[in-house]
Amino acid sequence: MGEYEPVLLANVGVAGSHTRAVYESRGGYEGLRRALCDMSPADVTERVKASGLRGRGGAGFPTGLKWTFLDKKATPVYFCLNADESEPGTFNNRILMEEDPHQVLEGLILSCYATGARTAYYYMRYEYPLAWERTRAAIDECYAAGLLGSNLLGTGYALDVVLHRGAAAYICGEETGLIESLEGKRAWPRIKPPFPAIEGAFRKPTVVNNVETVSCVRQIIDRGVDWFRSLGVPPDPKNPRDAGSFGPKLYCLSGHVERPGCYEGPLGLTVRELIDRFGGGVWKGRRGKAAIPGGISMGLLREDEFDCPLDFNGPGRYGCLGLGTAAVVVMDETVSIVDVLHNSCRFFAHESCGQCTPCREGTAWAYKILQRIRAGHGRLLDIELLRGIGDTIGIMPGTTICGLADGAAWPIKNAIAKFRDEIETHIKTTNPGHYGATRPVPERHSAH
Amino acid sequence: MSQPSDRILTDAMIAEIRDYFPRYPTRQAVTLPALHVVNRYLRHVPRRAVVEIAELLELAPAQVEDTLTFYAFFPQERPHGKTRAWVCRSISCHLRGAEELMDHLCRQAKVQPGGTTSDGRLTLEHAECLGACEHAPCVLAGDQLLKTVTADDADRFLRSLR
Repeated sequence: MGEYEPVLLANVGVAGSHTRAVYESRGGYEGLRRALCDMSPADVTERVKASGLRGRGGAGFPTGLKWTFLDKKATPVYFCLNADESEPGTFNNRILMEEDPHQVLEGLILSCYATGARTAYYYMRYEYPLAWERTRAAIDECYAAGLLGSNLLGTGYALDVVLHRGAAAYICGEETGLIESLEGKRAWPRIKPPFPAIEGAFRKPTVVNNVETVSCVRQIIDRGVDWFRSLGVPPDPKNPRDAGSFGPKLYCLSGHVERPGCYEGPLGLTVRELIDRFGGGVWKGRRGKAAIPGGISMGLLREDEFDCPLDFNGPGRYGCLGLGTAAVVVMDETVSIVDVLHNSCRFFAHESCGQCTPCREGTAWAYKILQRIRAGHGRLLDIELLRGIGDTIGIMPGTTICGLADGAAWPIKNAIAKFRDEIETHIKTTNPGHYGATRPVPERHSAH
Repeated sequence: MSQPSDRILTDAMIAEIRDYFPRYPTRQAVTLPALHVVNRYLRHVPRRAVVEIAELLELAPAQVEDTLTFYAFFPQERPHGKTRAWVCRSISCHLRGAEELMDHLCRQAKVQPGGTTSDGRLTLEHAECLGACEHAPCVLAGDQLLKTVTADDADRFLRSLR
């Protein structure tokens, strides 16, 4: 691969990059001005479809296709910008919103224009106060410059952007959880269908897209489809359903590396390339032991799997759930997998919204088991209990409404599949004499 | 309807909440914004405020209560400290010493996680991923993100509290 010149992060580090003046001095809003004059909404949608852009928030659904599902006859159409970035290890949306809020807004305006939305709800997680302030100021600048409001740049197109603040709940990143939260209710994900494109926010057709996704829309309108498709990984010819992994990606790198940070490259960099070329290697001259490929929901890679490419198919080939957010968290050789799993199980037990019993009870149970193992009271039987939980909670086994439980299950499943010896050794050495104990389970008769 | 003098929501709060009405097609959508407004002024959302928000939004108090309690974000019983500090405990921060950092802060400030110092200056809480993993371990103290926090940084932060 030749030198890659960042585009999504091109303005990061430039003085005043969060202001409209600096953004426009660097070519900002030119694409939007051209598009509003020369392109119909359908043209924008077609271009995004042709680019092969897939959602950057985690699920990887083709963005243009999502837009075409909108019920055209029903009005109004709402656009929700998902800025509830909460997946552990992930911070690329924060950097875009803090350092280049106008790029996000330009992408948002283009996406609204394409989908016919007249109101966009910009749902930002509470924990980003600087991003909040800069986005609020950027929106004000846009209204003042006629880039938002009742008559965008004199074209007659009207768009309002409403900034909406979350209240620290991971589930609001799930698109229908976000919609429920926006409506003022508890953020319980909805059963689909109907999908938001048919019945979304306030029961109207709605598109929900991620911050990085709409930033890519801006780049596609600026630089064209051919440019976008020249980056990344083309579809697997043996898999007719693969839409490919085109375009640039913001990789978040954290944990035990020398230089944690947000790095931009084409989709398909390997975990090892990220760690070595961008991250300065595993810290303190140590060896790597494991890594999370795309936020904690995606599971675990062993060190001998670090050649895993970060495209939409890569992590799945290594037993992980998927690409997720391409947030790589590196663990060095001193890390205990039991400790990592304890952390992961605690997170999901805390963040399960409580709607689906298998998730609410399963994540809480798994966390209790990990507390027990970590405290030195583990039994070998616990590994089977954990595996049982991991195999039965989630969309994949068909027991939950949303994918939170799949994300909770994957680190458990991967840890047992890839680090079973270590977990067994931990249990045996911390609980000698009792690790084989299986308390008899009293027979229960349930009453109705 | 309670008398104005009994009200816990001030005219300023009510005006701020009403400002949100035209931005949403339903009143219920103003629930979270309203809770944020009240919490910013009072540092908690007591029961009476829930009832008054419900009146403004034309909802049953239980609907507001339902949303409020879902988020575990708005204190109900008593106000949080003047500064509310969140110590991230998710994986990236955990790998870089978040647990030790929380222990240190608790020892120095003489509080347990979730607690408020006796002088009311600080509420110290765990947070799930703050989305600042490149700065692990990190703390969000009010609107201030403390990055790559060492024990010395933590002490300096505690001394800075008023």
